[in-house]
Amino acid sequence: MALELFTVGAPIADTKAPMDVPIGERWSERRFRAKLVNPANRRKLTVIVVGTGLAGGAAAATLGEAGYKVKSFWYQDSPRRAHSVAAQGGINAAKNYRNDGDSVHRLFYDTVKGGDFRARENNVHRLAEVSAAIIDQCVAQGVPFAREYGGLLDNRSFGGTQVSRTFYARGQTGQQLLYGAYQALERQMAAGSVEQFARTEMLDLIVVDGKARGIVARNLITGEISTHFADAVVLATGGYSNVFYLSTNAKGSNATAIWRAHKRGALFANPCYTQIHPTCIPVHGEYQSKLTLMSESLRNDGRVWVPKERGDTRDPREIPEDERDYYLERIYPSFGNLVPRDIASRQAKNVCDEGRGVGPNGLGVYLDFAEATERLGRPAIEAKYGNLFDMYAQITGEDPYEVPMRIYPAVHYTMGGLWVDYDLQSTIPGLFVIGEANFSDHGANRLGASALMQGLADGYFVLPNTINDYLAAGPFEKVDPQHPAAVEALEGVRAQSERLLSINGTRTTASFHRELGRLMFDLCGMERSEESLRKALDRIPEIRQEFWTNVKVPGELGRFNQSLEHAGRVADFIELAELMCVDALHRNESCGGHFRAESQTPEGEALRDDENYAYVAAWEWTPEGAPPVLHKEALEFEYVHLAQRSYK
Amino acid sequence: MTVTHSGQRRTPKAAKTSSVFKKVVMAVSGIILVLYLVAHMVGNLKLFAGAETFNGYSEWIRRIGEPAVPGQTVLWIIRLVLLVAVAAHIWAAISLWRQAKRARPQQYVARKQVAQSYASRTMRWGGVILGLFIVYHILDLTLGVANPAGHDATPYDRAIAGFSNPFVTLVYVVALLALGFHLRHGVWSATQTLGQSNKTRERTVNAFATVFAVVLTAGFLIPPLSVLVGIIE
Amino acid sequence: MNLKLRVWRQRSAAEKGKMVTYQVADVSPDMSFLEMLDVLNEQLILDGEDPVSFDHDCREGICGSCGVMINGRAHGNGLFDSHPQTATCQLHMRSFKDGDTIDVEPWRATAFPLIKDLAVDRSALDRIIQAGGYISAPTGTAPEAHSILVAKKDSDAAFDAATCIGCGACVAACPNASSMLFTSSKVVHLGLMPQGQPERDDRVVNMIHQQDLEGFGGCTNIGECSASCPKGISMENISRLNHDLLGALRAGARPKS
Ligand SMILES: Cc1cc2nc3c(=O)[nH]c(=O)nc-3n(C[C@H](O)[C@H](O)[C@H](O)COP(=O)(O)OP(=O)(O)OC[C@H]3O[C@@H](n4cnc5c(N)ncnc54)[C@H](O)[C@@H]3O)c2cc1C
Ligand code: HEM
Ligand code: SF4
Ligand code: FES
Repeated sequence: MALELFTVGAPIADTKAPMDVPIGERWSERRFRAKLVNPANRRKLTVIVVGTGLAGGAAAATLGEAGYKVKSFWYQDSPRRAHSVAAQGGINAAKNYRNDGDSVHRLFYDTVKGGDFRARENNVHRLAEVSAAIIDQCVAQGVPFAREYGGLLDNRSFGGTQVSRTFYARGQTGQQLLYGAYQALERQMAAGSVEQFARTEMLDLIVVDGKARGIVARNLITGEISTHFADAVVLATGGYSNVFYLSTNAKGSNATAIWRAHKRGALFANPCYTQIHPTCIPVHGEYQSKLTLMSESLRNDGRVWVPKERGDTRDPREIPEDERDYYLERIYPSFGNLVPRDIASRQAKNVCDEGRGVGPNGLGVYLDFAEATERLGRPAIEAKYGNLFDMYAQITGEDPYEVPMRIYPAVHYTMGGLWVDYDLQSTIPGLFVIGEANFSDHGANRLGASALMQGLADGYFVLPNTINDYLAAGPFEKVDPQHPAAVEALEGVRAQSERLLSINGTRTTASFHRELGRLMFDLCGMERSEESLRKALDRIPEIRQEFWTNVKVPGELGRFNQSLEHAGRVADFIELAELMCVDALHRNESCGGHFRAESQTPEGEALRDDENYAYVAAWEWTPEGAPPVLHKEALEFEYVHLAQRSYK
Repeated sequence: MTVTHSGQRRTPKAAKTSSVFKKVVMAVSGIILVLYLVAHMVGNLKLFAGAETFNGYSEWIRRIGEPAVPGQTVLWIIRLVLLVAVAAHIWAAISLWRQAKRARPQQYVARKQVAQSYASRTMRWGGVILGLFIVYHILDLTLGVANPAGHDATPYDRAIAGFSNPFVTLVYVVALLALGFHLRHGVWSATQTLGQSNKTRERTVNAFATVFAVVLTAGFLIPPLSVLVGIIE
Repeated sequence: MNLKLRVWRQRSAAEKGKMVTYQVADVSPDMSFLEMLDVLNEQLILDGEDPVSFDHDCREGICGSCGVMINGRAHGNGLFDSHPQTATCQLHMRSFKDGDTIDVEPWRATAFPLIKDLAVDRSALDRIIQAGGYISAPTGTAPEAHSILVAKKDSDAAFDAATCIGCGACVAACPNASSMLFTSSKVVHLGLMPQGQPERDDRVVNMIHQQDLEGFGGCTNIGECSASCPKGISMENISRLNHDLLGALRAGARPKS
């Protein structure tokens, strides 16, 4: 491994989980050992929560209920618009309402295995433990989950598990869960315990005496840049899939908050672990701004195929059966179309690389319901998938009841994020990170319906318990806005924004973002190799260089300026992209969503290298020029035994 | 911190009376007026029964309740209720109208309505027509001051004299068409306002509103038109 | 195709605005309406002009950020027979024809102060929720989920109401600039659930009170809201709200201060 790319630092470890008791008791033991904060003292303690998605919304509301003074920040106009709103499928919980053998242990086991043995057992076990309470909480808030005629909650099986443990609200589960948290948050705002900062973007973290003590934020309406102080800072700012420009994330989803915290000293764990979702609507043109996911459930009845011949441009309905290649059924006879996300995605890429892709640009495969329609009848298909078919027709202008759908994988979720310990505290004391923004409980691959679970677990149940242990030592000495650390952060943000506005080059921010995205998708996407990653690492610094000398950002700093917002985010994506490639290059194994061409079985399946890579890669930022420093957190598997995944 | 500058928000005057309360006033007063109109229409149709019956009916109205209460007591109670209803109705209408104006001071450059019916769009100006008409109508047939047959003629004669004039009848036709439209939307709207509509009932309510508006308008229009064309002399 | 856009430009609430005409060339029928605006904006940036501001985020019709008046219709709903009711981001250019002129304006209402161009401040809707659009269930207090049974038909109806994305199109489309459809969707969602009963009376009274305070108009049951709503929230909810409100007032509920 080329040394110039990074250096190796001291290993790190989580020290908060009580390892002296069995795994099932660790969470209650941790809560018992954590210091408490007397209710009367909570009013004197301020917590900044950035983000109002499932994680941030739930955390801000719960901390407000507990009596802390909370300041809540988000970049949209309303907290209800956080991108959690877009989750369709559902949320897992080990309720065992189906009496089908589910349990906390099974959910724990499935999640560790699904994550391809790259997650921390303690965290995953806790997630499984609190999963049931999440459903109780959401029901109490009035979340209209799907129900059966008897009035009980309905469940379905999701994402390749053998038990029915997924709770859902038609195709809008994320929306309904988010509104539950949003309403709880608005209630606290009305009660005065949560102060709101809408349309306010965090642009830097203020660290004083080694502790996270505040943030620098820009009011997106007035353009004013200001400092905000607290005893602790919680980041719940979501994922960074938009490094790839095209993804299923919202246009405003960004890495800025976590990236700037990283540059202030928080380690960034496993940046290269990205999840690519197989059933998205394909790209249709250069101007395309985002990709739309269609629920994975489509693979329950749809059959995936491409023509056997390359460059076959016939109408799919005219291609006879024996000239079609149902490649998933062919390669994975037992799981067929239902193989996990990473496998389905990679195989789609493979057939397109062979030149057998379909659609205008050859980047698509068919998802065909003809056989299912014949077998079940059109009404049954309509009842099951009607809304998805309508959505597809709306976007593509094609009728999926008549012509097979075209699908293609899209970047969907980032398992990597800021490194946190069992208390969800980063390597900067007082900086907590929750939801998709942390490196989370999903290892190298996230199972369906488990991100919503993690976001709410972190926000409702984990953070509000663990943060007390830190806050018990507070209130900390008041930070003056004139404190050098605050002034330096504020001026740094201002300088960067002014610099962006003054370049006045010849290319738009969007053109850089598109270029970076295409590069990352091609070279650090579904399949990575030493060659592709080196190519990317050669090219990214050039993009960065050109960005900082040739971007054109119109408008003023002191006004509503969406171009400036975008430019700041892209500047951070470019830096993060580089770290992702370094991480991907250093991890010379395939695991979960990270597939290295060099590390595969003879059949082309992901091949893990547990001997050398059973660790979390936590990266330390080093100032410009110096390579990042790798800190390894070794992963021990006490309860789930390391095994190769097989879906044949 | 608020999302916009405080200066950017036009702080609306504190709403003392809720908009829904105003709507309820409108609906209840409207219904009182509607009930009266039904009775009124039936009474008007007695013009067909000849002068004696019609005048007798008119006389009877004045004597309802006698001898238990002095003459015209009940009539005045009815008049009072109607007056209060009309006043309340107009107050609520104007106040909601002003609220709507304040709620969107700047109009759209381009505007296209798809759901709004002619009836719902003309509630306000239609209401104004009705209001003016009610004044005229009282002057014409109740007080007789605006009637060609004059104050001292019998109700029957006043009706015949008035409706023989095509212009008077035209005024009545216009006003009653306005009433028809007003009720087409009014009946549906009142059902919504009083919380009595739902998805399954919606069609029925709308159908009923149309039929009701047509029947009432027709019932009111038949006597004047009959006078005009000479069916009633 | 080539299009002529007439877009409302206004640098801030304090400054005067006007419609400005732009030509957009080579619009692909597969673009979404917002992607068409992106193309316009990139062109404006390169020409050294100020790009058009508009709110957007998810671009899949669920976050409720986007929303503009298109040819006099909120989200363009109601302009095209074949197109289902959606948010602006899900309207595709194939609905238009080469040579069309398209008018684009912001939501206009006193309660939605303009920020810039097509972006407005809809926080009034959040304050209506703050007034009572929730069930008070602090974290950790919840009973076992199955101890609360909800009839499927109620749960389904509650879900239908709960799909409102808070975009504000109902207000924009309403001739009275009333937010009644929005408010009713939350009152009905929570009012249909057993968990929502204890606060049902206070909720409706306080939310309506806040709605009036925010400067929205009064509802006169016209129905433009429902015809413009990307989620097809029905007028039935308004009737249900009224029903609840009358009951609550009769039972003595009064708005908080
Ligand atoms: C289309 C789609 C479908 C999905 N479906 C499922 C599913 O069915 N089941 C499942 O379990 N998971 C699903 N996921 C994943 C899951 O929805 C997300 O991982 C999860 O909701 C993330 O929640 P969050 O609270 O961490 O972040 P988000 O909901 O993304 O919230 C981020 C918040 O941070 C704020 N923010 C961001 N940056 C800044 C900044 N710089 N300054 C200030 N504020 C900022 C934003 O305003 C927002 O409030 C899906 C994801 C997508 C994209
Ligand atoms: C013959 C007399 C009238 C009758 C029978 C009548 C009846 C009604 C009814 C039943 C309603 C529905 C109430 C609701 O929306 O809940 C209504 C609404 C209304 N009326 Fe009248 N009305 C009469 C006269 C007037 C007058 C004189 C005005 C003058 C200003 C007026 C203005 C309105 C307005 C503005 C509305 C509300 C419109 C709406 O809901 O869209 N009406 N009327
Ligand atoms: S009711 Fe419909 S139009 Fe109104 S805010 Fe909700 S989704 Fe938008
Ligand atoms: S951008 Fe989210 S609804 Fe249109």
